[in-house]
Amino acid sequence: MFDKDKEEAIAGGFQKWNDQFQKQLAKTPEAKARFETISGLPVNPLYTPADVSGFDYLRDLGFPGQYPFTRGVQTDMYRGRFWTMRQYAGFGSAEDTNRRFRYLLEQGQTGLSVAFDLPTQIGYDSDHPLSLGEVGKVGVAIDSVRDLGVLFERIPLDQVSTSMTINSPASILTAMYLAIGGQNGIGPEQLRGTVQNDILKEYIARGTYIFPIRPAMRIVADIIGFCAKNMPQWNSISISGYHMREAGCTAVQEVAFTVADGITYVETALKAGLGVDDIAPRLSFFFAAHQDFFEEVAKFRAARRIWARIMKERFQAKNPRSWMLRYHVQTAGCSLTAQQPFLNILRTGYEALSAVLGGCQSLHTNSYDEALALPTEEAVQIALRTQQIIAYETGVTGTIDPLAGSFYVEHMTDRIETEVEEYLKRIEQMGGVIPAIETGYIQGEIANSAYEYQKKVETKDRIVVGVNRFQIEEPPPEGLLKVRQTVGELQTEKLRILRNERSGGAVRSSLDEIRRVARSTDNLMPAIIEAVKAEATIGEICDALREVFGEYRGNKSF
Amino acid sequence: MTKEKRIRVLIAKPGLDGHDRGVKVIARALRDAGMEVIYTGLRQTPEQVVGAAEQEDVDVLMLSSLSGAHNHLFPRIMEGLRKRNMDDILVLGGGIIPQDDIPALKTAGIREIFGPGTDTRTIIDFVRAHLAQT
Repeated sequence: MFDKDKEEAIAGGFQKWNDQFQKQLAKTPEAKARFETISGLPVNPLYTPADVSGFDYLRDLGFPGQYPFTRGVQTDMYRGRFWTMRQYAGFGSAEDTNRRFRYLLEQGQTGLSVAFDLPTQIGYDSDHPLSLGEVGKVGVAIDSVRDLGVLFERIPLDQVSTSMTINSPASILTAMYLAIGGQNGIGPEQLRGTVQNDILKEYIARGTYIFPIRPAMRIVADIIGFCAKNMPQWNSISISGYHMREAGCTAVQEVAFTVADGITYVETALKAGLGVDDIAPRLSFFFAAHQDFFEEVAKFRAARRIWARIMKERFQAKNPRSWMLRYHVQTAGCSLTAQQPFLNILRTGYEALSAVLGGCQSLHTNSYDEALALPTEEAVQIALRTQQIIAYETGVTGTIDPLAGSFYVEHMTDRIETEVEEYLKRIEQMGGVIPAIETGYIQGEIANSAYEYQKKVETKDRIVVGVNRFQIEEPPPEGLLKVRQTVGELQTEKLRILRNERSGGAVRSSLDEIRRVARSTDNLMPAIIEAVKAEATIGEICDALREVFGEYRGNKSF
Repeated sequence: MTKEKRIRVLIAKPGLDGHDRGVKVIARALRDAGMEVIYTGLRQTPEQVVGAAEQEDVDVLMLSSLSGAHNHLFPRIMEGLRKRNMDDILVLGGGIIPQDDIPALKTAGIREIFGPGTDTRTIIDFVRAHLAQT
C-alpha cells in the first residue's frame, strides 16, 4: 500500500508504540487474557499497513459492481436503492398471515418473506397425525393452492417480490405461486422472488428434509432449470449459511460451508445439462449478521470475493452476473436473550448495521421478543424501524463500502478468505459436500463450535449482558403473541371442503404422472404444476414423491 | 466399596422441530460430567420417545421442543411412561416453552423446564440432586 521507505518508517513507529504498549500492560494488564472475535480469530490491539502488506487495490477490491465485487455487487449500491426491507413473517392460517403481510407493507417494508409451519415445510397436510400440535405454530399453514391464494389476497404479485422459506416442497410452492400469479393475470416472467430450495443445509443444520440426499438434489436441479427457462426474475435458490450459524458455527465456517454447498449446486446443475451462465445469475445467498461487528462486515466482503473467483475461475462463467454473490441477511436469532428482552433491540440494531456496511441486498431484522415467541405487531414495527433509521438517518448509505481501507477490516477480509479456502480444500478432499454430510463432518464442526461457545459463556470468557452478567430479577413476560390452537381444526375443515369440491380423478392422475416423472430423468416441475392446478395438496404430492424416493433418516450423533 | 452407577440420560426431540443446537450442547456437557447420554435424533413420535426410554433403561429423560408443540407432545409422552410404569424417571423439558404453559406441564409430571440462557451446570446439578433423593 505504501512504498518501501514509508513501510519501514511505519514499522519503526509501530515498534516504538508497541514498547509503550507493553510498558502499559506491565502496569495495567489487559482486560482479557486473549482477545478474539466471536469466531475465535485473534484480534490485535492495533492494525497498521503492515497487516495488509501485499494489498493490491485493483486485484483485491476493485470497484462496486465489478469483479471481484469485494466492495459490492451493484455499481451504485444504496445510493440508487436501499436493500429490500424484508421481514420474515407467518403464523396461524393464511388469513392471519395475510393480515400481517399487509401490516408490514403498510409500515414500509419493501418485500415479502413467508414463514411456513413445520407440517407445510415437511410435506404433511394439516390433518396428518404428525401435524398435531404443530399447525400454524412456526409459520403459516398451507395445504393447497387455495391457501396460498388467501395468503396473497390484495397483494399485487407483479409489484412486490416474495421470498418463500421452503425447501423440500419448494417445487410445490413455486408451482402454487405461479398458479396464483396466473389467476391474477400475472405471467411467470413477471413474478419476482425467491424460493430457499437449499436442501443441503437441511441435512446439515435445519432438519426439514423429506427425501434422501440424491433425489432431493435432483428436485433442486429441476427447480433451478425450470426457473432459468421460465421465470427470469425469480431466484431459484437461496444458498444459506444463516441456519448453520444459528446452529453454532463460526463466521469462517458459515462462509465455507455455504460456498461449498453453492459449488455442489452448480456442479449438480451442470451435470443435469444446464449451462453455468443460464443458472448462475439467479443463484442467491442468505447469511446471518452476528454480533462481532467488524468480523461480520469482513465476512460479507470475503464471501463476495471468494464466490466471484470460484464462478469465474473454477466454473468459467462468462456472464459477470454469474460472478455476483447477491444475498439476504437476517440478524442473528441466537444472539437474542429471553432475559431483559428490550436489549435485543440494540443487538439487532448493531447486527443490522454490520449487514448494511457489508453490502447486503435484502435484510430481516429480528424483533425483541423473538427469543420467547413469534413477534407481536409492536415488536416487528420496531424491528422494521431499525432498518429505516439506518437507511434514512445514519448517513452510512450515502457512500459505498465505507469501511474499505480500514487496516483491520481489510486484514480480516483476507484472513477469513484464507481460512475459508482451507475448509473448501478439506471438503474437496472428502469428495465434496455430500460425503462431508454423510460422514457427519460438517455437522460435527458446527457442534464443536457451538460447544466451545457455550463453554466460553459459562466461564464468563464471553459476557452476555443480562444472562451471565448484569442480571436482574424480572417478572414473567407479558403480551407475547399466542397462535390460536384452533388452526389445525380450521385447516382440517378446509381440507374436507377441498376434497369435496375438486375433481378426485384429476388429482389421482396428476399424482400418477408425478410418480412416473419421478422415476424418469425428466424435469418434475410440469407435472407438479399440473397437480397443483388440480388442487392436489402438499401432503399428497409429497407422499407420491415419498413412494418413489423414500425418506431420509437423520442420525443420533452429538 | 460400591461402584457408583453412571447416570443414564435420554435426550429427545419429539415432533417436527429441527433445532438441535441445545440438545447437542447439553448432551456433550452431560457426557463430560460423567453421565451416559443417548440422543434420539430428530422427528420422534411420543411412542418412539417412550420406547427408547424403556429400551435404554434411563434414569432421566430430557425433552426439547422449540416449535410450540410441547403442550401436545409432552403430556402424551408422560402418559406413555405412566402406562409402562416408568413414571419414576426424572423428566425435564427445554426449548421455547412459554411461562404460561409450565404449570400444566409440571402437573403432567415434568419436574422442571429449563429455558433459554440456562447454564449446563444448572442442569447437571439439578439431575444429580434429584437422583440422589430417590
